[in-house]
Amino acid sequence: MSARFGVAVFPGTWSDRDCVHAVGLTGAEAVPLWHADRDLKGCEVVILPGGFAYGDYLRAGAIARFAPLMEAVREHAQAGGLVLGICNGFQILCEAGMLPGALLRNSSLQFRCQPTWLRVETTATPFLASCQPGELLQLPVSHGEGRFYADPKTLARLNDEGRVAFRYTDQGGGLSAEANPNGSLENIAGILNEQGNVMGMMPHPERACEQLLGSDHGLQLFCSAIQHLPLLTG
Amino acid sequence: MRPTPVPLTPTAAELRELALTELEYQAATVQLDRAPNPLELGMLGALWSEHCSYKTSKALLRQLPQHGERVVQGPGENAGVVDLGEDLLCCFKIESHNHPSAVEPVQGAATGVGGILRDVFAMGARPVALLDAIRVGDLGDPGQRQRFARVVEGIGWYGNCIGVPTVGGETYFDQAYQHNCLVNAMCVGLARRDQLVRARASGPGNPLLLVGADTGRDGIHGATFASVELDHSAEERRPAVQVGNPFLEKCLLEACLELTGDPDLIGLQDCGAAGLTSSCAEMAHRGGVGLEIEVDQVSRREQGMTPYEVMLSESQERMVLVVRRGSEDRFRAAFQRWGLHSDVVGRVIEEPLFRITAGGDEVASLPLQVLVSGFPERHPEARAPEVAAALAADPLARNPPWSAEAAWLMLLASPNCGDSHWIWRQYDHQVGDDTVLGPGGDAAVLRLRGRPDALALTVDSAHRSAAVNPRQATAIAVAEALRNLACVGAEPLGITNCLNFGDPDQPEIMWQLQEAVGGLADAARALGVPVVSGNVSLYNQFDGQGIPPTPTLGVVGLLPELSRRLGAGFTKAGDLVALVGPAGAGPAGVELGGSEYQRLAHGVLEGLAPEVDLQLEGRTAAAMRAAIHQGLLSSAHDCSLGGLAVALAESALLGGIGARIKPPLSLPDRPAPSWRMGLLFGESQGRYLVSLRPAQRDAVTTHFGKHRTPWAILGRVGGSTIAVEGVAEIAWEAAQSAWRSALPSRLEPAGAPGS
Repeated sequence: MSARFGVAVFPGTWSDRDCVHAVGLTGAEAVPLWHADRDLKGCEVVILPGGFAYGDYLRAGAIARFAPLMEAVREHAQAGGLVLGICNGFQILCEAGMLPGALLRNSSLQFRCQPTWLRVETTATPFLASCQPGELLQLPVSHGEGRFYADPKTLARLNDEGRVAFRYTDQGGGLSAEANPNGSLENIAGILNEQGNVMGMMPHPERACEQLLGSDHGLQLFCSAIQHLPLLTG
Repeated sequence: MRPTPVPLTPTAAELRELALTELEYQAATVQLDRAPNPLELGMLGALWSEHCSYKTSKALLRQLPQHGERVVQGPGENAGVVDLGEDLLCCFKIESHNHPSAVEPVQGAATGVGGILRDVFAMGARPVALLDAIRVGDLGDPGQRQRFARVVEGIGWYGNCIGVPTVGGETYFDQAYQHNCLVNAMCVGLARRDQLVRARASGPGNPLLLVGADTGRDGIHGATFASVELDHSAEERRPAVQVGNPFLEKCLLEACLELTGDPDLIGLQDCGAAGLTSSCAEMAHRGGVGLEIEVDQVSRREQGMTPYEVMLSESQERMVLVVRRGSEDRFRAAFQRWGLHSDVVGRVIEEPLFRITAGGDEVASLPLQVLVSGFPERHPEARAPEVAAALAADPLARNPPWSAEAAWLMLLASPNCGDSHWIWRQYDHQVGDDTVLGPGGDAAVLRLRGRPDALALTVDSAHRSAAVNPRQATAIAVAEALRNLACVGAEPLGITNCLNFGDPDQPEIMWQLQEAVGGLADAARALGVPVVSGNVSLYNQFDGQGIPPTPTLGVVGLLPELSRRLGAGFTKAGDLVALVGPAGAGPAGVELGGSEYQRLAHGVLEGLAPEVDLQLEGRTAAAMRAAIHQGLLSSAHDCSLGGLAVALAESALLGGIGARIKPPLSLPDRPAPSWRMGLLFGESQGRYLVSLRPAQRDAVTTHFGKHRTPWAILGRVGGSTIAVEGVAEIAWEAAQSAWRSALPSRLEPAGAPGS
C-alpha cells in the first residue's frame, strides 16, 4: 500500500529534506508543500517538519500559524486527514490551536540535541496503531523550546482522554527527571488532538529511520500511518 | 562611537584607526599619484588590513603545498575545493572570528559561523557540516565561564537555526587565552561539478546585484578591528561587531543554491570582512574587469548613511552577484520568492577601476590593482625567543604532586581531557540525516548518499609546546589530524588552516608565525596533503602580550567504505588491546615536555616537544587505514592529550567496559621521579590504541609486519577497572564520573535545572 505525504516547507524549515528522505524509505511518495501556497497537492498525510519556520524570533510557530498553507492544513485535519507536527511542526500546531498546550524554553535554558527513549502511551492514532502500548522507541530530540506545558485542566483532559502519545523515559521505560530532556510536564513528548488524526511530537522520527544513524524506530510511525490511512470525510 | 572618515591629510593616529601605517599611506599616494580622499582611504585601510590582504603572512604562505590530484580550487577563492570523484566536489574553509567573540561572545561566534557558511554556499555548495575550534581562559574564572558558555551558545544558535549540523570540534582552556578567546569555525559543503560558482566578475555592462539584508552601520571597520590589538577599550568596539540573522541566511542559502548552475549567473560572492568594498573589489579584480557602484541604490537599514558607511558596513547576510545583462529581473524574482530583497547596485566596467558614485557624482575611483594588491608586503623582523633554558629542563626530573591514580582521575576530570558532551549536546549534530559518527570521537563521519564511501572531518590545533617549538608543534597538529582521520579509516584529502597569532611586529611572534607555517608546510608536504584554503588571524594580543601561537587545521578525509568505519570505544569483553606505533620516544623512552599532565601538575612549560617522525606517521596511518578497511580491528583511538592512559580510559568509557594492559615499556633501573607519569601521560606521537578480536591476532600481526609498523598487544578489554599493570588502576565508575563531569561541574552550579 502506498500513500502520498506532503512535507511543509517554510523558508526556515530544515527537516523537510530529512522527512522526504524518511518517507522515501517506506516506499511512499513525498512532495514538498510551499508555505505560501494553499495547495496540499492531493496529499493524504501532511508533515510539518522541524526548523525555524519564519525565524521564530517572536515565539516558535507564532507567525507560521498565519501561513496560507496552514489554512489548507487546518481544513485537511478537520476533514479527518492526518497531520504530523515534528519539533517546530508541533510548536506550530500548538500556536495554531490545533493541539492544546504550549512548548516553552527548555528548563536548562539550552538547546538540546540528544537521543531519548519514548514510551508509547496510546495506539489510538493511525501514527501509532502499529505499535504496542508501552512500546519503547529511541528517537533523538533537537530543540531549544520543547518543554510541554498545559494548564492543569487541559493536562487532566489529555490524560483522561488518552491523548498523550509519548512520554520521555529511561531505557527501561521508567519515568524520571533525568530522562526528561527539556522539563516537559509529566515527561510529555507528544500529544494527539481529540480525533487522533493530528499528532505533535518534539522528537524527530525522521532522524531515526536507519540503523546507520543510530536507530530505525522512527520508521514505524510513517509505516503505521500508511497502513492505517483514514478515509477522508471532507 | 560612530566611525568617521579621516581627513585628507591623516595623522599617524588616524591612520592607525584604519590599521594603516604611514609607509602604507605613502605607498598608496605614490601609486595613485595623488592623496586618496577619505572614502578611498577607508577602502584602502579595509583591503590592506591583514585580514583581507595577508600582507604579513603572504610570503610565508607561499611555501604551503597547494596542489594535488584532487585539488579543484586552492587558496584565493571563497573556499578550497577537492574532488570526491563522480562529479562530486567538497568545498571547505575555516575562518576565525576571534576579535568579535572577545567583545560580544554570542554574536561574535554566531556571525563567525554565518560568515563561513556564506563562503561555502557562495561556491555553489550546500553546507553539510560545521566544526569549530575554541580557546578560552581558565574555567576557574567566572568571566571565562560566562564567555565560554556564550561562545557555545552563539555557535549553536546560528548552526541550529540554519539547519547545518555541527559535527565536531576542539576546545582548549588555558589562562593564556583569558583576554583573547579564539573562535575558529569551519564549514564543509558539497557541490556537483556543474554547480561550482566562482567569485569572478566579467562582461562589461553586466549588472551587480546586492541581495539579503539591508545595509546598516553595524560592523564598520570590522576588518581593521580584527587587525589591531585588543585593549581595555575593547568594550567600546562593540559597534564593530555584527549581529547575525540565521533565518535570513537560510533564505539566502536556499535561494543561492537554487540559482547555481544557471548559465546567466556569472559570479557570486559573500559580503564578509570589509563588506561591499572587499567583496566587489575582489570579484572584479579576479575577473580582470572594473566595477561601478551607485551607493544610492543600496537599501539601507538606517537613514543618513554616508557613502563611507555604506561601502564599509559589515552588515551580515548579504551576497553580491554578477549576472548577465537582461536577466536581473529573473534573479530578483527568484530571491523574492524566498522573501529576499535585492537591488541592482552597479555594473561591470571595462576599465580595471573601482568607481563609486553618489548622487551622480564620483566619490571614489581606485585602480583595482592598487586597492586589491597594491599593499606593500611586510616582512617584519623575526627573532627566536630565549627559550633554551625551558627547552633544556628535564620534565621527568620533577617530583609528582599526586599519586598516579589521582593524576589519572585529575586529568580525566580536567576540562581539556574530559568529556565534551556539555558542548555538543547544545549543537544540532544530526540534521541532514547523514551524520554517522558525530562529535566526541576522533573524527566525524558523514555518509555520501548513493555511494559506498564517506566523508571524515576533524579539527586540530597545535598544543602548548607551540610557544617554544612552533615548527614541531604545528607538524604534530597535522600528524594528529592525520591520526584522527585514520582512526575512523579515512585518508586526508585537503587541509584548511587558520593561523591564530599575536602581533607580528614583535619579532618573537613573527618568528612563531614563520616557524609554524614552516612546520605546516613540512608536514603537509611529507604527508602529501595539500593546503587548499585558509585564514590568518594576527594581533590576538592584549596589553602587549600575544596569545600562544595557535595554528588550527581543519582536514577533510575520505573513508573508502562507510561500513568499515570504526569508533573509539571498546566493543567487546575479551578483545585484545594493542598499541600501534612506537612503544616509546625521546631520550628517556617517555616524553612529558609540553604535556597536559605537566601543565596540570606543575603549571610549567618545559622540556622538548614530543618528537615527530613524519615518515613513520604517514606509514602508520596508511597501515591503520588498511587494517580498518580489511575489518581487522574493533576500535581505534588516537593517543594525544593525556597520552596512553587518557586514551585507554576514553576507549573504556566510550565502550562502557573496563580494560587491563601491561605497560608498553619496562621500567628502567633507576627511573626519573616522573618516569611513571611519563609512561601514562606522555604525549609521544604516532600512537594508536586499538582493540581486536583474539581470532584476528595472527592476521593483524602479519598486516602490521607487512607495513613495517611497530605494534604490540598490551592486554584485554573487560572488568570493572581501567588498569596499567604495576603502574595505576582506577575504577571504571570513578573514571566515568570524573570524565563526564569535567565540564558540567564547572559550568553548571549545583542544583541548576536540567543539568
